[in-house]
Amino acid sequence: MARMSAITLRVNGRAHTVDVEPSTPLLYVLRNDLGLQGPRFGCGLGQCGACAVIINGVAVRSCVTPCSTVRSEVTTLEGLAKDGALHPVQRAWIEEQVPQCGFCQNGQIITAVALLAKNPNPTDAQIREGMNATLCRCMTYYRVQAAIKRAAADSRRIA
Amino acid sequence: MTSFTSVPKHIEDLLEAWSQPSADGDGQATTPAALSRRTFLKSSGLLAVSIGAAALADPFAIDAGAQAAGPYPDPDFRRLDSWIVVHEDSTATFYVGKTDCGQGTGTAFRQMMSDELDIAYDKTTCIMGSTDITVDQGGSGASDAIQVDGWPMRRVAAEARRVLLEMAAARFGVPVAQLTVRDAVISVAADPSRRVTYGELIGGKRFNVTLTGSNIDATTGVAKVKTVQELRNVGQSPQRYDIPPKVDGTLKWAVDMKLPRMVHARNVKPPTAGATLVSIDESSVRSLPGFVRVVSKGNYVAVVCEREEQAVNAAKQLKVTWQKPAKLPFPTHDDLYAYMRSATPTSKQGPTVKGDPDAAFASAAKMVESEYEMPFQGHTAFAPAHAMADPSNGQMTIYSNDMKSYGMRNGIAQFLDMPRDRVRVVWMEGPQGYGRTAADDAGFEAAYLAKEIGRPVRVQWMRHEETGWDTKGPAFTFKMRGALDPQGRLVALDYDARSADYCHVGYNEADTVLIAQLMGRRRATPSAGSAGTPSEMYEIPNRRTTSQVVSLPLVWETPLRTGNLRDPNGPQITFAAESFIDELAAAAHADPVEFRLRMLTAGTGDDSGFKRARSIAVVKAAAEAYGWDRRPAPKPPASGDVLTGRGIAYAFRNQTVVAEIAEVEVNRRTGRVWVKRLVCAHDCGLVINPEALRRTIEGAMLHSLSRALHEEVQFDAEKTIGVDWLTHPSLRHADTPARIDVVLVNGDPNPQRPDLPQYGAGETACKPMIAAVANAIYDATGVRLRRVPFRDARVLAALKAARA
Repeated sequence: MARMSAITLRVNGRAHTVDVEPSTPLLYVLRNDLGLQGPRFGCGLGQCGACAVIINGVAVRSCVTPCSTVRSEVTTLEGLAKDGALHPVQRAWIEEQVPQCGFCQNGQIITAVALLAKNPNPTDAQIREGMNATLCRCMTYYRVQAAIKRAAADSRRIA
Repeated sequence: MTSFTSVPKHIEDLLEAWSQPSADGDGQATTPAALSRRTFLKSSGLLAVSIGAAALADPFAIDAGAQAAGPYPDPDFRRLDSWIVVHEDSTATFYVGKTDCGQGTGTAFRQMMSDELDIAYDKTTCIMGSTDITVDQGGSGASDAIQVDGWPMRRVAAEARRVLLEMAAARFGVPVAQLTVRDAVISVAADPSRRVTYGELIGGKRFNVTLTGSNIDATTGVAKVKTVQELRNVGQSPQRYDIPPKVDGTLKWAVDMKLPRMVHARNVKPPTAGATLVSIDESSVRSLPGFVRVVSKGNYVAVVCEREEQAVNAAKQLKVTWQKPAKLPFPTHDDLYAYMRSATPTSKQGPTVKGDPDAAFASAAKMVESEYEMPFQGHTAFAPAHAMADPSNGQMTIYSNDMKSYGMRNGIAQFLDMPRDRVRVVWMEGPQGYGRTAADDAGFEAAYLAKEIGRPVRVQWMRHEETGWDTKGPAFTFKMRGALDPQGRLVALDYDARSADYCHVGYNEADTVLIAQLMGRRRATPSAGSAGTPSEMYEIPNRRTTSQVVSLPLVWETPLRTGNLRDPNGPQITFAAESFIDELAAAAHADPVEFRLRMLTAGTGDDSGFKRARSIAVVKAAAEAYGWDRRPAPKPPASGDVLTGRGIAYAFRNQTVVAEIAEVEVNRRTGRVWVKRLVCAHDCGLVINPEALRRTIEGAMLHSLSRALHEEVQFDAEKTIGVDWLTHPSLRHADTPARIDVVLVNGDPNPQRPDLPQYGAGETACKPMIAAVANAIYDATGVRLRRVPFRDARVLAALKAARA
């Protein structure tokens, strides 16, 4: 059995050192040691997206990411807002009134933010493909896709 | 009161208190959970009133010395103060005994109650579903929150307004009739300078008004509710107050609940259905880091550890020896329908006979016969079952997303043999309920383990447990027969349904939740289950309707246990019923919309709730919104790989009626079905929040679309298989229709009726979708699919079989 060891993570602009087994999934450290509640457990298998966080611009499934392998800054749902202003994707989410129960929406929003950062003007097909591994059991997909298009259009208007 | 966040204030208080250093040095839990509403009210400036423990459920009872102790008696529904508190700043808090599964019912309640109270919507908050501080309105279920519970809420808010007007009348020395009220300000009509706010009249004080009513649903004061024409917030679409904190990460979900000294538990389930525990080798986990205990009773096994990942790991490592049952628990998946057809039913409803079906069949110009099959389909909640239980002070507090928190409280009290008033459930948001959390296992497990361990315990199931062992919507077989006369009219219909629904799990029952079953604690007689009948208003002169329930070999401790899945049995029944109507329309060479309208308009009997008139209205509205051109199905054969077609289906649930049209693309090379467009015409009477309603309808339709295209519980002869999202697929982004049109219809013969009722809207749109898709596939391809789901391989095989 692996021993506990001190692991330093940089999350939402702050450094934290935790004493855990190195194989501990990042998700449990974020939730139980750092008190974050954006990323959540959905499957523990990297299949649904509930636990998604952004590392190096990529939406990463924190439930299957050992915390000892994380070298770069981690951004969670809580870290998307800048200077008290919500991220354009979050604003679009509220405007479109996307969530039903909302439990999956961390994954939807984080994945959309990473998608738009790479491709600010995605086509419908690119949205469908880019979001396809992020699940919702309330089936809010239609509104998620509308919100992504709205966020892209809003960013174009501002730019 | 300063903030209007959507996080119930009492839950904020709990979490805030928890984040403070513990006052007592011995490490005992300080039960911040006990803070609850009393502290909330105290912080909102209400007067401290010294009263006895028996009245602690009273929102005005502040008893600083006994906060932690409970007990937690039921809030008295006959007291206005149990429902509404008006604060000194003229804001109001509504206490509602319902839960919101994500359809925005909390927002709707605020709209309805603020209208009746005459207060601005944004000056109100709503606290829901916690058993010690809100009246037991049962939590959520049956799509009746707005339809049924909306009424007592409207009436108590109207009563509060009446009392406030009387107070103002006394203050100004004028009759109530000479007062006007708007936005929590009452003024003398003739002299608007004479005005008083609600806060000045009652803020920080009790109403002390007794209500009447033989039960909670009937709760009423003296005041009458407003007419539809007087409502200002109802019919508008304020944004749902719960959405911003769900989007910015600030909402405290039930999964986020943390307490001092808490431990984490994971279950170890039997590897095969009906297996019996032989032995546990605790040494396999005893040396693991953070190990606390293995708890087992009967066939229930859990591992408890200090940290969550430790419990996950220990549950994997624990060596348990199981004995398989002597006989196989169920047929294999491939044999299911044959087994169901040949089994001796455990119960039978009907046949209910209208007219003389046999004579009509004997003289029919044309007969159509078909059989349909629906598999077991799971809830497969987005996140697995979870709960936290705190056993401090001889009480049991369960933090849960249970949609029926009151039932959970009663069930757990019974399960643990504790007095009801020593148990409370604090409702917090969670992943979609849709029936799963009405039979919530994790809350019972957490409470049991917390009692055993003597520390707060958090339980969460793993994905494979949830998909494998959650409650299932029952599998169905149907046998349908129809007779057409020479004019192509449907003159006789024979409906015979069988569901594998024996031992249907009830709501949070101490003798049917899974942990009880595994412990061998079970009721003497399993519940009968049901198969149900179609819900349509067609005028068919001769009918025979039979519904039967069958049992699989294993009745208890089975992963194929059935429970209420969103619109229980509705999608199954409507799939068969409305597919068959389409088959009959095709046999009659009639347009599917025309065929339905002919049977709806032929009705002459009593039209209670104008359901027939409203059915006609939604079918017409859906056809119009789609741009439906009248012709029989299927379309003439087309060339190319991708075929397109459209299909309609219609149904009602309670008083809400809905018609849906699906437009599909079927790729005949791959078998893939894409529903590219959906239209829904929906009549649920008075609409409270149109935009929230649209989204609820979209979600309900796509939920059933997922069931139509993907969902099927797979099992071999001893266990469920396919227990993750790759092996048990669900609808995905790529499946999403390109366009969805929702038309909100008011088909009441007197649409301006001042007493137009509000009906339920959470589930009706689930009903017709599978049939609409099947009918559209038939229109596109000429091939009728009679077994769900319509996965690529099955569609391809059906297309090939039709060509052969």
